[in-house]
Amino acid sequence: MQLHIFLSHNWIIRFLEIGLFAGIIAHVIQGIMLERSNRSKRKIAFDVKPGNATSKWYSRSMGLLGVLILLFLIVHLSQFWYSTKVALYAEGDAEHNMYQQMKEVFQHEWVLLVYLIGVVALGWHLKHGFWSAFQTFGINSPKYNSLIKSVGMVYTIIICLAFISMPLAFYFKWLN
Amino acid sequence: MINSKIPSGELSQKWSTYKSTCKLVNPANKRHIEIIVVGTGLAGASAAATLAELGYSVKTFCFQDSGRRAHSIAAQGGINAAKNYQNDGDSVYRLFYDTVKGGDYRAREANVHRLAEVSGNIIDQCVAQGVPFAREYGGLLSNRSFGGTQVQRTFYAAGQTGQQLLLGAYSAQMRQVSLGKIKEYNRHEMLDLVVIDGKARGIIARNLVTGEIERHGAHAVLLCSGGYGNVFFLSTNAMGSNATAAWKAHKKGAYFANPCFTQIHPTCIPVSGDHQSKLTLMSESLRNDGRIWVPKNQNETRNPKDIPENERDYYLERRYPAFGNLVPRDVASRAAKERCDAGYGVGASKMAVYLDYASAIERYGKTEANKQGLSNATKEEITKLGKQVVKEKYGNLFDMYEKITGENPYEVPMRIYPAVHYTMGGLWVDYELMTSIPGLYALGEANFSDHGANRLGASALMQGLADGYFVIPYTIGNYLAGEISTPKIDTNHPAFDQAEKQVKDTIHHFINIKGTKSVDHFHKQLGKIMWNKCGMARNEKGLKEAIQEIRELREEFWKDVRVLGNENSFNPELEKAGRVADFLELGELMCMDALERAESCGGHFREEHQTEEGEALRHDDQFMHVSCWENTGNHTWTLQKEELVYEVIHPTQRNYK
Amino acid sequence: MEHKTLNLKLRVWRQSDSNTQGGFVTYDANNISTEMSFLEMFDVLNEKLINEGNDPIAFDHDCREGICGMCSMYINGRAHGPWAGTTTCQLHMRAFNDGETITVEPWRAQAFPVIKDLVVDRSAFDRIQQAGGYISVNTGNAQDGNSIPINKHDADLSFAAAACIGCGACVAACKNSSAMLFTSAKVSQYALLPQGGPERKTRVLNMLNQMDKEGFGSCTNTGACEAECPKEISISNIARLNREFLNAQFSL
Repeated sequence: MQLHIFLSHNWIIRFLEIGLFAGIIAHVIQGIMLERSNRSKRKIAFDVKPGNATSKWYSRSMGLLGVLILLFLIVHLSQFWYSTKVALYAEGDAEHNMYQQMKEVFQHEWVLLVYLIGVVALGWHLKHGFWSAFQTFGINSPKYNSLIKSVGMVYTIIICLAFISMPLAFYFKWLN
Repeated sequence: MINSKIPSGELSQKWSTYKSTCKLVNPANKRHIEIIVVGTGLAGASAAATLAELGYSVKTFCFQDSGRRAHSIAAQGGINAAKNYQNDGDSVYRLFYDTVKGGDYRAREANVHRLAEVSGNIIDQCVAQGVPFAREYGGLLSNRSFGGTQVQRTFYAAGQTGQQLLLGAYSAQMRQVSLGKIKEYNRHEMLDLVVIDGKARGIIARNLVTGEIERHGAHAVLLCSGGYGNVFFLSTNAMGSNATAAWKAHKKGAYFANPCFTQIHPTCIPVSGDHQSKLTLMSESLRNDGRIWVPKNQNETRNPKDIPENERDYYLERRYPAFGNLVPRDVASRAAKERCDAGYGVGASKMAVYLDYASAIERYGKTEANKQGLSNATKEEITKLGKQVVKEKYGNLFDMYEKITGENPYEVPMRIYPAVHYTMGGLWVDYELMTSIPGLYALGEANFSDHGANRLGASALMQGLADGYFVIPYTIGNYLAGEISTPKIDTNHPAFDQAEKQVKDTIHHFINIKGTKSVDHFHKQLGKIMWNKCGMARNEKGLKEAIQEIRELREEFWKDVRVLGNENSFNPELEKAGRVADFLELGELMCMDALERAESCGGHFREEHQTEEGEALRHDDQFMHVSCWENTGNHTWTLQKEELVYEVIHPTQRNYK
Repeated sequence: MEHKTLNLKLRVWRQSDSNTQGGFVTYDANNISTEMSFLEMFDVLNEKLINEGNDPIAFDHDCREGICGMCSMYINGRAHGPWAGTTTCQLHMRAFNDGETITVEPWRAQAFPVIKDLVVDRSAFDRIQQAGGYISVNTGNAQDGNSIPINKHDADLSFAAAACIGCGACVAACKNSSAMLFTSAKVSQYALLPQGGPERKTRVLNMLNQMDKEGFGSCTNTGACEAECPKEISISNIARLNREFLNAQFSL
């Protein structure tokens, strides 16, 4: 069995994919609701803002970063996910050369730019989000805080590098 | 005739006898009895919470936006209790004895003994409420010694003991609010007491947000409104601390006792200019390790670090070798004033002395170096280690000093000067804490009872909580047992009409004087008169002048004060005007009392009455009494005396040499 | 300490009451000594306004020694001004430069309506406390203070949380107007002490519930509250509150 057949038919992958989608959708909806609700708690804004003196810009901008990531996801999914699903279901499991498709798509500069923006946004989103998740679940201890932050940083870098490596590799023709 | 209602019997048995024989109120009746508590500091919050727990219907009033902001919150050092956890020989008797002696034998023995008896319960109660007192590594409570005592009986929570104790009492109060037993009236100020048929039956209060004048009836009224140190304008009191509630009660018939007994705290940050709005206390605990000195040369201009040891005068250590820098507050304050008046003061104003931590830093540094096994530590290393220890013990105080003065106290000696801190005088109360108006009680700093002529450090918190948690719940029942058939107080009674009208007229009058000078202008003038002539040292001539000057100032105030805004809105200037109007009367009474008391005792120092060495000279034969002033209207008073009888302690001249 | 005099411009929020719209008014504040506290500078300005027959600026203040929690000014975009770990009343004019324009606003949050000018209503904090910020022990019930040994580390942490002065700077500093730092400080104080044990589950649920009811926002862990807290209360208390919440919500 070819790898792509395995990947597109295996139930574990299907299950994870659905879970991932559900998670993302829930996260988006919850995030939007939270942002809306939080914004409504101060009807008259302060005239002078503290800027970065009291908090990091990215921790204040999770909503904006989230929107950027969402836009990127829409572009990404419409380009790759949609076409694989069309091939899988609408065209009766037709042969679909993802490699070739990537090669073509990533030749466009605007696509590379969208991916770069998306991944950078994701990086900042994760930088705050990873640590923040621990804080929200009540894990904040002088013993482990630097560990959590370091692991978060490493995780963020790995994820971002891995995500951006494919578009970069295709664009700069590191692969043929 | 003054009747202090001290129970008969042996001193140590009086309170337990009282408790087991006083009248009680049945729980079903308590529900129908309303009690008003004015002020939500330690005394007010603890009383309100405890009375509500007992089942009474309680209403609390405070001018701040929350009960938690009362000025008890600012007490730094600690709270005394005769627990003897340190096994250093403390006992109820010793705490009682120290307090009476510290008060220069002008306090009532029975009250002070009761205070010492319940002191231990206070600590237990606070711990149970979750007050995070300082602890030792073994998990038990930590103690320190505090100005003027030789045992370690002071419990503390860093330099924020008052805050923690108040938040404890406030939490108990909030619990009763949530249970519906207490109704809170914050941002409300009591502007008059309502007396019906000779009994306190309610108050007139102003809602400070809307300006509305409200009537509140009750079967008993508790004044827990604090002291009157702000008569001096500059003091360590909060800006809003005022005497209005107590003063209005005084004008309705409650005696005012020992008004001239004010405490000047020796360790405050000096005045920096005319703009000064208040003075900040540096905890007395700093005297445990700091050394106080002035240069031996008058008008010294050198930097303190450049003045060699042999040109420094450690005047407290010189004059009082036994207690040194730890003499009681009144003694330390006067000694600082004496040096500055003689021209040895330091700083730009020359009205300050040095509080120096250099030797403590060196001493702690050496100990620490030993502990760490550094046998040849350099001077720099020792200083560094010493600073760390000092930072741990007093860091927050040092930071505060630096914020205010811009000087780093780890490097240069702090400058300190005495400032008005506490008023021992207050409304006269009997053993049951009832004033001379039946049904009107005064608790905490608002009453005169426990500190005599001088309060010892860490005793104010003790007294406020003792009154609120452990005394009033018993004594008020003895009165209210006779009130169970009194129906809900009718606030349409003519006495309410009359009191309300008077309050409204006064407010209206303030707004319509439309004079030329601000309220603060008059307050500052009054403060200057009081500080110069009725402050740390007083004399007949000065007091007579002060009385005259205050009268003139008062007249000018009522003609020329400018209160902008209107009466039906949030108007801080109007609030201040009412408070200053009362200070202008109280100031006069303080001077009269100081004039009448021709002796020196505790915080009251009459220059004509001192020993050859310049120490306070009491005249027990003439002044072993509480001066109780009765207001006879139109700025006249008559004096009644409550003789103080010492059954157990034999008064001696205090000696801290 | 050497002192200088400053000439400043103050842009102050004026609002006559909660129902009226407010706006900025600019005032000159001249000959301000660097030795003055920020509030003393306001005293000087108010004295001038009174002498000119203008309504003085209303602001909350009481102890002026950094502990009552009454003062509450938002100065140049910072709750309690530029100094860390400092209340408005302890901020001194040394922090500013000659010729500077200083913008002063009230705490702004739906849950803190403006009463007048710079004065806001913070009674929501009292109601959060009423919802569970106490230990239910009647006076007289207590056992000996030393009968419950408490590990010093926990007692110190509890004290650090209890040092909260309830000023509301955390709410003003938070982009979400969240009161989590305040609420968590209270919950933590009791959670760290054995005395707080019996009521810990109901306490955290009720206090959080009340916090939401009052109209405060949610915590998104930006940490601005911690940076602005005059008592430097740590956001590790918020994590502790979250832990208490999860424990209360999901334990059987």
